[in-house]
Amino acid sequence: MTSNKAFEPTCPLPHSTKNIIQLAHGGGGRLMQELIQDVFVRAFHNPMLAPLHDGATWPVEKGTLAFTTDSYVVRPLFFPGGDIGSLAVNGTINDLAMCGAKPLYLSAGFILEEGLSMEVLQRVVNSMAEAARTAGVPIVTGDTKVVDRGKGDGIFINTSGVGLVPSGVRVLPTLIQPGDAILVSGDLGSHGVAVLSVREGLTFDGHVESDTTPLHHVVADLIDSGIDIHCLRDLTRGGLASVLNELAAAAKIGMTVDETAIPVNEPVRGACELLGLDPLYVANEGRFVAMVPAPQAEAALAVMRRHKAGNQSAHIGIVTDSDPLMVVLRTVVGTHRVLDLLSGEQLPRIC
Amino acid sequence: MKYVDEFRDRAVAAALTERIKKTAQRPWTIMEVCGGQTHAIVRFGLDSLLPKNLELVHGPGCPVCVTSVSLIDQAVCLASAPGVIFCSFGDMLRVPGSHGDLFGVKAADGDVRIIYSPLDALELARKNPDREVVCFAVGFETTAPAWAMAVAQAKQSGITNFSLLIAHVLVPPAMEAILSSPQNRIQGFLAAGHVCTVMGYEEYEAIAQKYRVPIVVTGFEPLDVLEGVAMLVSQLEEGRVKVENQYARSVSREGNRQARSIVSEVFEPAPRTWRGIGEIPSSGLRLKSTYSDYDAELKFHRELAQLAEGKEDPECQSGLVLQGLLKPMDCSAFGVRCTPERPLGAPMVSSEGACAAYYRYRRNVKGEG
Repeated sequence: MTSNKAFEPTCPLPHSTKNIIQLAHGGGGRLMQELIQDVFVRAFHNPMLAPLHDGATWPVEKGTLAFTTDSYVVRPLFFPGGDIGSLAVNGTINDLAMCGAKPLYLSAGFILEEGLSMEVLQRVVNSMAEAARTAGVPIVTGDTKVVDRGKGDGIFINTSGVGLVPSGVRVLPTLIQPGDAILVSGDLGSHGVAVLSVREGLTFDGHVESDTTPLHHVVADLIDSGIDIHCLRDLTRGGLASVLNELAAAAKIGMTVDETAIPVNEPVRGACELLGLDPLYVANEGRFVAMVPAPQAEAALAVMRRHKAGNQSAHIGIVTDSDPLMVVLRTVVGTHRVLDLLSGEQLPRIC
Repeated sequence: MKYVDEFRDRAVAAALTERIKKTAQRPWTIMEVCGGQTHAIVRFGLDSLLPKNLELVHGPGCPVCVTSVSLIDQAVCLASAPGVIFCSFGDMLRVPGSHGDLFGVKAADGDVRIIYSPLDALELARKNPDREVVCFAVGFETTAPAWAMAVAQAKQSGITNFSLLIAHVLVPPAMEAILSSPQNRIQGFLAAGHVCTVMGYEEYEAIAQKYRVPIVVTGFEPLDVLEGVAMLVSQLEEGRVKVENQYARSVSREGNRQARSIVSEVFEPAPRTWRGIGEIPSSGLRLKSTYSDYDAELKFHRELAQLAEGKEDPECQSGLVLQGLLKPMDCSAFGVRCTPERPLGAPMVSSEGACAAYYRYRRNVKGEG
């Protein structure tokens, strides 16, 4: 064999793969150990995580535990006001809070796609660590898997959480009663619009940021204030309208809400008007509804408004025993119509 | 919100309602042409504010609803073709053809993209020279200028991997088809404000006089619709026949000259088959011969030739609904065998479809209007 190429007494170096996720990062060997130590342990460090055992252990008090899990597959990974990391922590904390629980510990499961930039992973993990620290809820166990390039979307995260429900607290859809006041903890739709603006490259007048935030402090404050909370539910996918329909079906009651009382900020309204979307169906990540006895509505609002996450709280409607399973909206012009479940995703209109 | 809240004022709505009640002495049947108006009427419960002697009938003005099954089948076929990026406004993805919809193609690994502007689709073609970008050009006169602009720019830039599957429809021929029908009951029209923003309302004047039917160009907010109805009822009660403009903040008699100019530069009228109604002469648009390289039906004629004639579900009565001859809730399949999850026809899935509006907003509410 002959070659015109000059002889070089060296082997060509392979392209550096140091800065991207490789299949070996999920293979159980040295690279995986480095990833766990250099990225996850360094960011999440706490005494319960430190042993790196197959699970975390802790002594339990007498009482009622709450346990929840949620998976996060948001695209894009980063959006105004948040990212998949902060979302994965706040979202699961909020699911626990909606059970009336004080969140104790979280787990974090990562499914990473081969080729994911290490810098992107680090940003996400740092964001999770910061969100967990801010909320005071440590991540005490976790897992990492790596899938072939093209078999994932960069990064998927599952977080599970355990919390403790204070003695005497019961917060369930079945406890909703006719006459209850329906309260919402703030303005609606900013998360959905923020994500949409980045995903679709749309720019709107007025900057819209996601409302992602932990809600357990607001809920704890409501419980400590002696408010007789019948039900709590965070307003995530499908927005307020979908959640009210779910609760009406679960409790077998009706609801009437007043369109003029529902807080929606101007930039969100503008974006929704432009696209033909209804903000009542747009996703939120830091808002909830509370059903409380009507005489306690004002006291509950006062508690909620003490928190940044609840400073636009509003009394938007009432639980009824007419029209069971149906949510009725009193419109801005004073008429009534059904506020129904959507059949699927809202789609932007043609004209 | 400025330009919105002023047109949703409860006190003004009450005053307009009172004015309508005082004026309307006889029974009248009025059609709102546009699906956007249909949704405003049902979403805000405006029909419940009107006296019982006024009947609002919903017209054929939902471009999604009137797109024929054959065209949906063509869209599904092209979207499934290898190497194609198929672009559509979001509304069209759920509309059923003979064998599924565009969402189904997307789920089966077809490259279907929701776009917000025709120029975004052109940009996709520019960035993907090795792919064919096919766009579903849907809509009334409102969206035609933007598609015309995209085609003109494609030609100017020498972009050849870009084409339109054209489903454009025109309002005036549809109005004439309704008025010519022996079953016609319509005595006055609310004309579509967005269409007239582009086209003006000169051509409606001839229709008004020919069929002796008053027309009011109307907007989409609750107060727009109520004022449009009030103006129309005044004409009907006084026996006047005119085209009046309620939506003057957006519409002029001559319309948007630049928009009209680019439409007539790129498109020409053509016969169009309307779902549930049939073919209406000169009620659609096609590309002029100078732009025929951008016509997806010509470009992909081999792929499309294998398609059988599209078949509508025989139980779907969308044709009667779209002509105002049947109220959605009077259809025996409504809410039973036809729901947004399992639609028999497009009016149950389109965001501007009359059936969808009734299903979503108007089922057994006991509350008083």
